[in-house]
Amino acid sequence: MEKIFQKLALSSASLVFILLVGIFITLYITAKPAIDEFGFNFITNSDWNKDVALESAPTTELTDSDDAMILDEDDIMLEDEDDMMLDDEDDISTKTIYGGLVPIVGTLLTTLIALAFSLPIAMGIAVFLAEIAPKNISNVVGVAIELLAAIPSIIFGMWGLYYFAPIIADLFGGYQVSLLTAGLVLGVMILPFMAAITRDSMNTTPAVLKESAYALGATKFEVIKDIIFPYSKVGIIGSIILALGRALGETMAVAFLIGSIFVLPSKITDPTISIPVAMANNFGEASGLGESALFYLALILFIISFAIISIAKFYFLKRAN
Amino acid sequence: MPVLNIKKFSFTYPGVDHPSLKDINLPIKRHKITALIGPSGCGKSTLLRSMNRIHDLYPGNKYEGKIEFTDTDKNISDILDIKKENEFIELRQKIGMIFQKPTPFPMSIFDNVAYGLKISGVKNKTELADRVEIALKGSALWREVHDRLDKSAMGLSGGQQQRLCIARAVAVKPEVLLFDEPTSALDPISTGAIEELIVELKKDVSIAIVTHNMQQASRISDYTAFMYLGDLVEYNKTENIFLNPQEKKTEDYITGRFG
Ligand SMILES: Nc1ncnc2c1ncn2[C@@H]1O[C@H](COP(=O)(O)OP(=O)(O)OP(=O)(O)O)[C@@H](O)[C@H]1O
Ligand SMILES: [Mg+2]
Repeated sequence: MEKIFQKLALSSASLVFILLVGIFITLYITAKPAIDEFGFNFITNSDWNKDVALESAPTTELTDSDDAMILDEDDIMLEDEDDMMLDDEDDISTKTIYGGLVPIVGTLLTTLIALAFSLPIAMGIAVFLAEIAPKNISNVVGVAIELLAAIPSIIFGMWGLYYFAPIIADLFGGYQVSLLTAGLVLGVMILPFMAAITRDSMNTTPAVLKESAYALGATKFEVIKDIIFPYSKVGIIGSIILALGRALGETMAVAFLIGSIFVLPSKITDPTISIPVAMANNFGEASGLGESALFYLALILFIISFAIISIAKFYFLKRAN
Repeated sequence: MPVLNIKKFSFTYPGVDHPSLKDINLPIKRHKITALIGPSGCGKSTLLRSMNRIHDLYPGNKYEGKIEFTDTDKNISDILDIKKENEFIELRQKIGMIFQKPTPFPMSIFDNVAYGLKISGVKNKTELADRVEIALKGSALWREVHDRLDKSAMGLSGGQQQRLCIARAVAVKPEVLLFDEPTSALDPISTGAIEELIVELKKDVSIAIVTHNMQQASRISDYTAFMYLGDLVEYNKTENIFLNPQEKKTEDYITGRFG
């Protein structure tokens, strides 16, 4: 019985690993044409779906039957003729460029704004619920927080667009749909989630540990700062990591609020686009290199999430121990 | 003059209609060890936790009577009158507490011992280091930990952790130390070390200790109070309680007929 259970546990554990690697590989394979085409310049290029003329293109060598043509000089690959847009058809000397900089920046900045906004508030709420509020208030507010965490993101998106965005635009100027609006609504979305998990891990601090500190003459503030936070550090970091993951991948709410244009923002009140929104908006029409470029973006999102979470885990958890 | 004088003291937990302690009269004498014994649920911890008002971390308790505290300058105050946070802090700096399970804080050994000092405003690095060393030496822990003061206190053994908690309490120079079954989670050797330490501490502080272990009470205490169902049945010099108890209940308990 124990053997079976062990095997079962092992196989489900390895399944997770296989899934992870499998997703990575499929993403990589589908993104391969775009990777070959644009290389690492993809990350620094801010043009998306832009037709550029090939200045010194030796058009004579191009034939319609060619699947793709590699030019030694520029290392540029042309799309398959069948996949070309109508306007490209008669103009053989243009190529379409895809660069991921705008959505990458958009994703990172919205997440950063969301975290900067929600982290202190979530910690405040958690401390209030775990240590300050009387039991009955703490329970009621706790349930409200959990309900808030369960609201589908599209509702946050709609609410954000109709009620929150005008307020933000009034306060900070600029556009209603912008990095800032998207980041703040994203912050509101991850806030209850972070607060609830942080509160739960604060509640695991043993009562005698707190009592020991009070018995030495500590104030409530000192107990929270010196005992409860360090004790529940691992859980708090966990909640931040989960919230980060959610913020990085959030699509619906951000799609409503970020403006969805491939333009690099110059201020935080400018509209732009994020990786998941770029994928959701463009997948329908994408084909060929465009589709591959979207997969390249997906791969980058995967790597960003993975990197941030690994760094957070190893760095903070190591310091916590 | 006893350092703590408990007079006509009753205590009721919130939501409970009958008091858990009824009309307790008990002195805690200066530089002596007073043991509180009695069967489980008789109110030993409740009484001990009244002496530093740690009960007040949770709202709704009812106190009656007096607990008079006479400090080293002979000022007498009733600790049940305390209402402000800074007064509670002062009280708990003078009356320390050690719990049943060791409670090392999630920080280094040094920081654990220095914690009470730091929050009471000691900032000078050398003074901190000196007082930590004195406290650790006084708790017979220095030899074992002096080369790893910056390591986490969680890595110590249970007995070492308990001695660390004692060092931590001693470092702030309290006048009274309250022990609630400090050795019941420890092995016999660690228990022996802690008992020795408690006897050693008598020269600096007055001690009240709750224990389930009758041998422990008779080994280390000068006075013993026997409690039963929220009443203080008998209080006397320890040898009198164990050799010549006046009450039938006390005799039954110490001879192991119930409990
Ligand atoms: N927080 C509380 N709320 C209500 N009643 C309590 C609470 N804590 C303890 N009691 C009750 O008060 C009485 C005395 O409990 P106390 O913990 O002081 O006993 P004790 O003598 O220390 O027992 P033990 O030896 O098991 O530790 C018991 O009847 C107990 O059920
Ligand atoms: Mg008890």
